[in-house]
Amino acid sequence: MVSAPFCAKVLAELGADVVKVEPPEGDSARLAGPFPGGRPHPERSGLFLFANLGKRGVTLNTRASDGVDRLHRLLESADIFVENQAYSTLEAAGITAAELELRHPRLITVSLSPYGRTGDYREYAGYDLQVNALSGMSFGTGHPHREPLTTPDRQAGFLAGLGGAYAAIVALLARESNLAGDGDLAGGQYIDVADSGVISTLLTGYHLPTFIYRGIAGSRSGNRMRLGLFPNCVLPCRDGYVCIDAPQMEQYQRFLNLMGDPDWTENPRYRDRRAMSDQYPEEAEDLIAPWFMEHDKAEILQLCLENRIPCAPVLTMAEALEMSHLHQRQWFVESEHPEAGGYRYPGAPVRLHGSPGRVVRPAPLLGQHNADVLDG
Amino acid sequence: MAPERSMPRPPLHNVRVVDLGSAWAGPMAGHLLADMGAEVIKVESRARMDGMRLGRPMVGEDLAGGDRGLWPELQPVFHGLNRNKLSVTLNLRTEAGRKILQRLASVSDVVLANFSPGVLERLGMDGASLRTVKPDIIVASMPAFGDTGPLRDMVAYAPIIQAMSGMMSLVGYAPDQGEPLVGELQAAWSDTVAALCAALGVVAALRHRNRTGQGQYVEAAHLEGTAALLGVPMLEYQMTGAIPVPPGNDDPDFAPHNNYPCAGEDSWVAIAVHTEEEWKALVGVMGGDGSVDLSLATDARFVDKSSRWTNRRELDALIAGWTRGLSPQEVTARLQAAGVAAMPVMNIADQFADPHLNARETYVEIDHPHAGAEMVYGVPWRFSNTPGSVAAPAPLLGQHNDYVLRELLGMDETRVSALVAEQVVY
Repeated sequence: MVSAPFCAKVLAELGADVVKVEPPEGDSARLAGPFPGGRPHPERSGLFLFANLGKRGVTLNTRASDGVDRLHRLLESADIFVENQAYSTLEAAGITAAELELRHPRLITVSLSPYGRTGDYREYAGYDLQVNALSGMSFGTGHPHREPLTTPDRQAGFLAGLGGAYAAIVALLARESNLAGDGDLAGGQYIDVADSGVISTLLTGYHLPTFIYRGIAGSRSGNRMRLGLFPNCVLPCRDGYVCIDAPQMEQYQRFLNLMGDPDWTENPRYRDRRAMSDQYPEEAEDLIAPWFMEHDKAEILQLCLENRIPCAPVLTMAEALEMSHLHQRQWFVESEHPEAGGYRYPGAPVRLHGSPGRVVRPAPLLGQHNADVLDG
Repeated sequence: MAPERSMPRPPLHNVRVVDLGSAWAGPMAGHLLADMGAEVIKVESRARMDGMRLGRPMVGEDLAGGDRGLWPELQPVFHGLNRNKLSVTLNLRTEAGRKILQRLASVSDVVLANFSPGVLERLGMDGASLRTVKPDIIVASMPAFGDTGPLRDMVAYAPIIQAMSGMMSLVGYAPDQGEPLVGELQAAWSDTVAALCAALGVVAALRHRNRTGQGQYVEAAHLEGTAALLGVPMLEYQMTGAIPVPPGNDDPDFAPHNNYPCAGEDSWVAIAVHTEEEWKALVGVMGGDGSVDLSLATDARFVDKSSRWTNRRELDALIAGWTRGLSPQEVTARLQAAGVAAMPVMNIADQFADPHLNARETYVEIDHPHAGAEMVYGVPWRFSNTPGSVAAPAPLLGQHNDYVLRELLGMDETRVSALVAEQVVY
């Protein structure tokens, strides 16, 4: 669905020849949408088109033994195998860590799964919603009086996929340096990446010590960052929303200057920025909210850029797609798909200026490269 | 008898990184490389300390307190972000300090930084300056918006990047649920994305160098990394013409799909149903204790995914009626036994106590000379043959000055003492 396809998409962007393997009925992402005009079509799913950009595609039935054999033949020539299948599917097809190591000692397997391939939850069912639940992202997101919110558009899976791509290249370097050094190591290995593990580690650097040393286990705090310095919140402006996060005194002072140094800044109650953030945030936010309501997003961006204030409009996806900054940096990728049409896709997550990646083809049609890859 | 094979070295054992990072994203990119065995040398100075070392620490007595005292060694957030590194103190405000930094780069593979655009050039640490001393150097930088473009000088922290990427516009309750935009995630999301992007770019550049002999410049702009994960809502807008709004916990590919209230204060369980099989299993479990009528499975309102999606608010109310009397653990155990995706919505206390996360070494203990035994987050990629690890605590300020200056750069004791006296090594 998300983590493994996106992991391999990032590798494709870096120049890898990626072959997407689907069951005969297709990756279930083909049914997930969004779709042009809202009409489902297996060759027009936005999730599938994005997560599989730049790959070739084949179909294999790994529920049948000849399909498993063909997969193993494909793995013979591969450097990296990326998968996020259910535990039971892998066991049934015999594509386990032990089997892969035995049959393909040089192969690097990146196994992405919601909970990982070890531990009590390894066979549990899970989707991005459960990953966000287990990893602590949901608990802190949303209003205190409402239900917790998962990250939008399966962001946990995309982040885990990015992590998987990093791990894959690290393993490739290990294989090459160990081959050069020790000689007797085939160099392949099995990398177990839990989507929830990526979030539970890399996004808890603040929460973990805050819990251990202060006993604070977290809570939702809606439109404001918890345990910070005022102002650190999202507020409405004339034509949408704006986000301000100005921890340094000079930044905050420049913002007050921009507001015309209002009288309330003389009040001692409004000089303790920690108390304003932790104890009476709504009252504090009411002091700056009117200024934002007098300005629109474009004005706020320009003023804050000129005055070096960390404050910016909350862009809609439509505005982000038109951002002249990203266009001047030639970041977006325009790609034409034979069934779905031409669309603007996000560019690469990182730029290698000496060996830039590029997208050489759109996402594959179902089984498009069967003849080239499987029979060739 | 076969000769005993030595333990394989960690994957990046032959890579040396000069880490000029500060705050969050830069240090995290450095530790991602250090976790996998790279020798990462954090360059810092009492003249301009990493802000994460400053302020009243959460841990320990502050008898010897103050930013000039022991506080800089007692910051647990810093300890997480800088584990596995070495520290050398170089005052980069001095010409001599910048010279030594260049020499250090000349015996290293990678220079890593998260400065604003232009600072690397001023320090003489950009690719063009360094190629004369180290032709195949890899310089990786993490500007907020990038080195070019009209927003290159925009001041930003993670929430600002999330706002400008469009991601923030999607964090909130669905419009029919009547709340203003939430926006904020209580975590440094875009810093984490940028750190991973920089680490990814560095290892990809190392492989390119190993094959071609050529170094290069790697640019991991926070904005681009964050927006690179947003292909779906970008395509949604282009494909439907509708500007994406916060989905709340809705996902049109699932129904039901929500966090449901359980017994106890602020207690929730995440339940998601993708297939017909899962739907029947959910109804079976809910009906098993008599809470719900089993005919629900064939109720016209919920008979297939598209009906369930259309009637999802009604369905949510029915499910919440069942979950409200149970603990999240109980709901999870019952549903998972029937093959339905469920998980308690955990806070950090729950995570810290969770047997599964513990079995996978999500949080690991490390001994710090001043803070004592402390917990930091572990390494999320579990390699079968050449694993990474949290092998060493974050360094003390200048803890490895001798190693760096004398062993790596060949200075004698007299020279080092003179540099200390001149506050170049400071």
